[in-house]
Amino acid sequence: MDLAVGKPLSANRRLSLLARIVGAESELKKKDALQGYLFALPWIIGLVVFVAGPILVSVYLSLNDYSVLSGATWVGLANYRRAFLEDPLFWPSLGRTLYYAGAVVPISLVGSLLLATLLNQKLRGTNAFRSLFFLPHLTPTVALAVLWSWLLHPHLGPVNMVIQALGLEPYPFLTTRQTVIPSMIMISTWSSVGGNNMLIFLAGLQGVPAELYEAADIDGASSARKFLNITLPMISPSILFNLVMGIIGALKVFGLAYVATNGGPNYGSWFFALHIYSQAFAYFRLGYGSALAWFFAAILIVFTMIQLRLSNRWVFYAGAN
Amino acid sequence: MATIDTVRSAPTTAKTRSYQASRRLRRTTLYLVVIILAIIFAFPFFYTVSSSLKGQWEVLLFPPTLLPDVPQWLNYVRVFQVTPFGTWLLNTITVVVLSTSGAVISSTLVGYSLARFRYRGRDLLLMLALATMMLPGQVTLIPQFLLFNKLGWINTIRPLWIPAWFGGGAFNIFLMRQFMMTLPVELDEAASIDGASRLRTFLTILVPLCKPAIATMAVISFMGNWSDFMSPLIYLNSQDKFTVAVGLNYFKAVPASSEEQFYHYLMAACVISLAPCIVMFFSAQRYFVRGIAMTGLKG
Repeated sequence: MDLAVGKPLSANRRLSLLARIVGAESELKKKDALQGYLFALPWIIGLVVFVAGPILVSVYLSLNDYSVLSGATWVGLANYRRAFLEDPLFWPSLGRTLYYAGAVVPISLVGSLLLATLLNQKLRGTNAFRSLFFLPHLTPTVALAVLWSWLLHPHLGPVNMVIQALGLEPYPFLTTRQTVIPSMIMISTWSSVGGNNMLIFLAGLQGVPAELYEAADIDGASSARKFLNITLPMISPSILFNLVMGIIGALKVFGLAYVATNGGPNYGSWFFALHIYSQAFAYFRLGYGSALAWFFAAILIVFTMIQLRLSNRWVFYAGAN
Repeated sequence: MATIDTVRSAPTTAKTRSYQASRRLRRTTLYLVVIILAIIFAFPFFYTVSSSLKGQWEVLLFPPTLLPDVPQWLNYVRVFQVTPFGTWLLNTITVVVLSTSGAVISSTLVGYSLARFRYRGRDLLLMLALATMMLPGQVTLIPQFLLFNKLGWINTIRPLWIPAWFGGGAFNIFLMRQFMMTLPVELDEAASIDGASRLRTFLTILVPLCKPAIATMAVISFMGNWSDFMSPLIYLNSQDKFTVAVGLNYFKAVPASSEEQFYHYLMAACVISLAPCIVMFFSAQRYFVRGIAMTGLKG
């Protein structure tokens, strides 16, 4: 958009230095450009103070041993080496997070698509059902965790009371290492499957042109075939969006485990975000915490990049050629 | 019309009748599935509300009852007596109002700049906004903590709302910029010919036209700020500064009085903490649903 750059010098010669710095073609446009900076000023300041500055500081911290009291001591890559080789919680918490995300993302993606398809059947009362499906997603994380840790309480929770009333052994949902993550997968699925994903899929489904289905009907295509060959390709941009956001969200899981089990039992739900939090803000190992955060950022960025790279093999943009 | 009538009045053959029957069966099954799903999603809420109105021991009764014998409305009053819930609510409302208004005002300004002005670095600013959306918050969290610590803002609600005034986040900036790009630039030009300044054009022409986008953004950031847990957890350490989210977590961990079973109060507190989100959703559903759908289609 820097139109001034390509102009012949003669046009630029009379312009002040400031006008050339802001990329304006005339003194009048210079004034306008300066106003543009003024309107963007909140973001320019925010970008420097709350994003770019902290990023640089974070890189520096990750190469230091840092505490609020004693300040920084340069240790090079020692924080990273410690994470990879010495920290007994590092790899398990990473593996646990991947396990959780690997289950939650596909389950809630497929579930949301099914729910959206169901709501797209032009049933009476669709709006009311949409709202009911959406309710769990509105629950704040802490309330979600408090609510479910009571519902699933081993002795006092109503779910286990019903199980016992049926003559079965109470199920230790959140209280053993084996069952805690599957239980959390269930809770997150309940809370997310009818949420934003479903609304995005529903908008996508409603945007598929009816002519495509009509044409397929004339050719005698079955429902399954229409779904595979029309619906899925047409909504593939929504699938990509939900997939990318879903993976990022699932890998960042924090509040549910922090509130419901505090990472337990016996580190059974100690997710990576919990590890960063506890190192940085419970033990105040800010240097080590920064190194963990950068490793985490790298994973998220790599995941996102891979998905975007692979996406042009399966995502179909109706507007593009 | 005539042809349709003849088709309708034609004697129904066995084939069309069985087609109608299978169609009706299909519709009934669909309704059944939708209703069962609605129960699965809504039942825990119903049960939470019901439990919040039960007596101290009734809530632990075996087998569990669906409805309280006598609704104990006083539970809701007691929550405010056994915990500083009133203070937590007030703190949360302060944070939510200040941060939502900050995000709305500053992202509208920045969106205007990115959509309507020409200057060097404009596209870079937009690209950086998009890039920050990919970066997890954890990376900037620790340096931000140090910054707020240096400013003496720890254990105040300032870290929770002041940053919102500096652009309101990449997502909001992008949303406003995209929305303003869809408005005809001729409106601005007409105002400018009439001698309106850029600020005046912004306030009298663009802001009124952007109301739907502003409402969407306000609803979404209200919800986000209301439920935010990690930032208040990090920045607030004394009970009188807590927001509802950290307060609820604290209340869960420390029973009101050590021996007392307090699940009925806890459920009442849960209901209070999620009620504003539900009220907000139902009163602004139109904006909310459109906003979410818009983010998906843009992606």
